[in-house]
Amino acid sequence: MNTIKKLLGYVWMLIAPCIILFLVYEAYDKISKAPATTQSNVILQWVIILLIFTPICVGFFIFGSYASKGEYDHLPAASSEID
Amino acid sequence: MSQETKQNNIAFVIGASSVGTLIEWYDFYIFGMLATIISKQFFPADAGTAALLSTLAIFAAGFIVRPFGALVFGRLGDLIGRKHTFLLTLIIMGGSTFAIGLVPGYATIGWAAPILVLILRLLQGLALGGEYGGAATYVAEHAPAGQRGFWTSWIQTTATLGLFLALGIIILIRTNQGVENFSAEWGGWRYPFWISILLVGVSVLIRMRMSESPMFTKLKSEGKTSTNPLKESFGQKANFKMVLLALFGAVMGQGVVWYTGQFYAQSFIETVCKVEFVQSRNVMLIAILMATPCFVLFGWLSDKVGRKWIMLIGMLAAVLTYRPIYKEFINITSAANRTKIVDARLTSTMTSYPIYDAKDKTKIYLKQQTDTTYYDGSVFKYFRTDTIILKAPRDETRPITLINPDMIQYSSPNPHLVVEKTMGDAAYWDMIWLVFIQIVYVTMVYGPIAAFLVEMFPTKIRYTSMSLPYHIGNGVFGGLVPFLGTLIVEFTKTSSNPAGDSLAGLWYPIGVASVCFIIGLLYLTNKIDKNVMD
Repeated sequence: MNTIKKLLGYVWMLIAPCIILFLVYEAYDKISKAPATTQSNVILQWVIILLIFTPICVGFFIFGSYASKGEYDHLPAASSEID
Repeated sequence: MSQETKQNNIAFVIGASSVGTLIEWYDFYIFGMLATIISKQFFPADAGTAALLSTLAIFAAGFIVRPFGALVFGRLGDLIGRKHTFLLTLIIMGGSTFAIGLVPGYATIGWAAPILVLILRLLQGLALGGEYGGAATYVAEHAPAGQRGFWTSWIQTTATLGLFLALGIIILIRTNQGVENFSAEWGGWRYPFWISILLVGVSVLIRMRMSESPMFTKLKSEGKTSTNPLKESFGQKANFKMVLLALFGAVMGQGVVWYTGQFYAQSFIETVCKVEFVQSRNVMLIAILMATPCFVLFGWLSDKVGRKWIMLIGMLAAVLTYRPIYKEFINITSAANRTKIVDARLTSTMTSYPIYDAKDKTKIYLKQQTDTTYYDGSVFKYFRTDTIILKAPRDETRPITLINPDMIQYSSPNPHLVVEKTMGDAAYWDMIWLVFIQIVYVTMVYGPIAAFLVEMFPTKIRYTSMSLPYHIGNGVFGGLVPFLGTLIVEFTKTSSNPAGDSLAGLWYPIGVASVCFIIGLLYLTNKIDKNVMD
């Protein structure tokens, strides 16, 4: 089980930048296709989405990195293990 | 303390915390539910900057300010205590909600209106970000060991009951006032905002009588509270990895299941299935009411069998059945699957409302309503609006019905068609059951999650550590269900199928819940932490 957890860690690390790239592509596509009257509004929507999803994807990458290093092989049973 | 006194005490803690949290959800929802009217009153469509402010109000409040509020108030809750922090969030939320109801429209005060509403909406998002973590932590820290899932599940009912209360009050006022009075500048749509101040006032009085969480009090008396909760929560690897696990292994999936069951379902019934406004909301109200006890049931069950499996089974059930459920919504409400009543007098009635153009005598705006009644009691109303150009200026003495096709030079090949369906009893109840099933999934993923999050983190940084993943999972992953769902439907639009695949939007919640299920299955433990005192 721990081997699967570690291997999947690499998958999560790979998915994270793919999501960012996908969102950047979609943002570019939707902004360029938006009519001039609503373009600034579409830009704002996508800027907010990119702003909020980029740190989440970074977090997902770090999660993958922790998983690949076996950090989740044992979960803390008491708060003393976290402190 | 006797057993009975302990039970009374915890019941008071639950009641006082839950009422406040319920009101905060109510306050947050009424803005979203009245978004169309608010947009018309404060953000006029012809003003580009107003549209930007409107987008900010809708997007930023949920996606940026909620997680930010979780950090601000989470930190405060771990520094000064749970009681005073979630008292503050309640006052901010209630005050800003009441104030939104007092802001004059764009027509009266111009640009000040959208700016004020934007600021107040952001304050609402900020307060909501701080409320939930405080209430869940406070209740969990009072609950006896072995009953934490049961007692915190009462807090979990508040988000759904807040939705119920908001829906109920809006429908009640709208039905009594009529659509026109309800939507006027100082019309009935403001009442739900004004009612909030009464609810918040009562709740503040109750919360002021509450004492601080016993665990936090103990920590404080021992001088063991955190000096920098943000640094300890997210700067220490041992805790940060648990924050990430909570987000990606539980809350992310819970957020999309929650939003799909309670918001996407209603939006789908109304905009894709075209079910009439009041009936579509009644479907939600009844289903919510029937499913709400399941929050407590699954919270209680999680104390017996563990939190993990209940949440994961809920997620898996959602992943496997969302598409069949939504396909059934389409089948139930489809005209193709029902038989018209044969009697011509009842089958369809057509009424035309011609409006003559005052200047151009060749132009007629035509609105036609066709009502079709079916054997199962369903009535489908088709509203067709069209502009007709006559070959010669009209004879004003001739009724519209006497205008024959030879006189028409042009009529649109694709007139605007609006469909409004009122379903018969059988179809109505079928829809209620389908929504009910989805809300049962919501109760499975959401009922045990407060206890699950509380048990993951140490007391001194609990408020901060559990608030952030909760609000990213619900505010961002959940809140984006409608936006990303619509975006995915856009991908499926082709020249041969201009409407696209209306079920394609479900791939977003299905995808997120699937990833979350896999992570939860492999990385989470089912162990219940009996000691949350540490």
